Amino acid sequence: MKVYADNAATTAISQHALAEMIKYYDGAYENASSLHTQGQAAADALENARTRIAACLHCDARGIYFTSGGSEADNQALIAAAHLGAKKGKRHLISTKIEHHAVLHTLDKLAKEGFEITLLDVSREGMITPEQVAEAIREDTALVSIMFANNEIGTIEPIKEIGQICRERKVIFHTDAVQAAGHVKIDIEDMCIDMLSASAHKFHGPKGTGFLYCKRGIYLEPLICGGAQERGKRAGTENLPAIMGMAAALEDACANLDAYTARVSVLRDKIIRELSKIPHAFLNGDPAQRLPNNVNMCFEGIEGESLLMMLDMFGISASSGSACTSGSLDPSHVLLAIGLPHEIAHGSLRITLSEYTTEEEADYIIEKVPGVVERLREMSPVWERMMQNQ
Amino acid sequence: MAMGYSEKVMDHFQNPRNVGKMDDADGVGEVGNAKCGDIMKIYLKINDGIIEDVKFNTFGCASAIATRSMATELIKGKPVDEALALTNQAVVEALDGLPAVKIHCSVLAEEAIKAAIKDYYDKNGIAYDADLFKESGCEHCCHN
Repeated sequence: MKVYADNAATTAISQHALAEMIKYYDGAYENASSLHTQGQAAADALENARTRIAACLHCDARGIYFTSGGSEADNQALIAAAHLGAKKGKRHLISTKIEHHAVLHTLDKLAKEGFEITLLDVSREGMITPEQVAEAIREDTALVSIMFANNEIGTIEPIKEIGQICRERKVIFHTDAVQAAGHVKIDIEDMCIDMLSASAHKFHGPKGTGFLYCKRGIYLEPLICGGAQERGKRAGTENLPAIMGMAAALEDACANLDAYTARVSVLRDKIIRELSKIPHAFLNGDPAQRLPNNVNMCFEGIEGESLLMMLDMFGISASSGSACTSGSLDPSHVLLAIGLPHEIAHGSLRITLSEYTTEEEADYIIEKVPGVVERLREMSPVWERMMQNQ
Repeated sequence: MAMGYSEKVMDHFQNPRNVGKMDDADGVGEVGNAKCGDIMKIYLKINDGIIEDVKFNTFGCASAIATRSMATELIKGKPVDEALALTNQAVVEALDGLPAVKIHCSVLAEEAIKAAIKDYYDKNGIAYDADLFKESGCEHCCHN
């Protein structure tokens, strides 16, 4: 049996999105910047996609800028907001320790430009409180950037409350919603979000496309200079087929959100419940404020990459926060930020489901993981010591 | 192949040889640490200067398991001197190569064998050249 359980990494493209893309590759290939009739049809399609995406997230369509994906959107949001702040003498940026590297590494770059960065700690569940944000905001704070939901442990942050605080304090609020878009309800206006990043391939759209929402009135500095595409904020001929595929995928995900949440969270909870029966196993992330498709567990005494490779032999594709899976010396910065010691963080397993995941697949995961954990523990000196010390 | 591992690595990962413990070992070596995500513990049964049996336990990734399995195969039945001369490169070659970021796993295999032989020498009052047993520490891990 083949089970794809790494949907936080990427999702399978939906047939609907694929059909939309082929339509724009195969026939309607014109450049949306061309003035002839066919070019204008492409421009109309582009605006239609923008309007539909805005409707899904309840925001002004004129605030949607198409990008090459989530990383570009994060980069542009942070750099634009920071530089805008700097013009007013504001050189302080607030974020968290559990952000995606697209945010953290952009902040590193801004720190080298002289910006002061505050990275908020998170709770054991990976949660930020609105009070933490309120306390961290200073007179010279240019930006607060807090991820909507964490890509590793699935914790959903209190975005609306944080947005309200930022609105009151007149600080730009950006959220990296790459894992959340199409998976949880997002209302940009109601949640007081000024900037939001999303990526199509996380919600069954194509890879290499995404968007940045930027509230009108906030000057969006372009990262890529050239033509007047995207109202001068992002040069380069728009990837219309991918954008049309993205719009179709996001519309489907949002229309199907309640049914998806109900069905997939039941599978998620079943996997968590059953795998928690393994001795010395525990869940990472918030049990309630959690992405419907995310399971992240630690199994003490074993190392995550060998766990993944053994599951791979059984046809299960999952992920781990172990150092060995990242090619770096340290385990996941998210697992360390929630307070896990290195040796336990090495033994993490992330299983992320999708609307295509079946109950049989969830049961197969539940059937295979315990045996693999036991086999690795049998040969683990760490586990042996743990058992001796009991 | 997942992670870019060779077929031999996958074979030794899936069917590791010489896994286990030994209550009456003549030499025991343990290297690495859990913080790095890699520990190797090895047990040697030595008779007349020959490694009659070898067992290992490991906390580590697939290539950690595979390199320990191969290393123990390479020294089983061999004289202690030959085992001492085993290099991590020999283990890597026997496995048809390892991804560059995984070479440190083979270093730990070599060091664990040396640590177990040192333990055997110490327990039996056998004189040796201390330079043979210099641990490389964790530097080899810093492959970034």
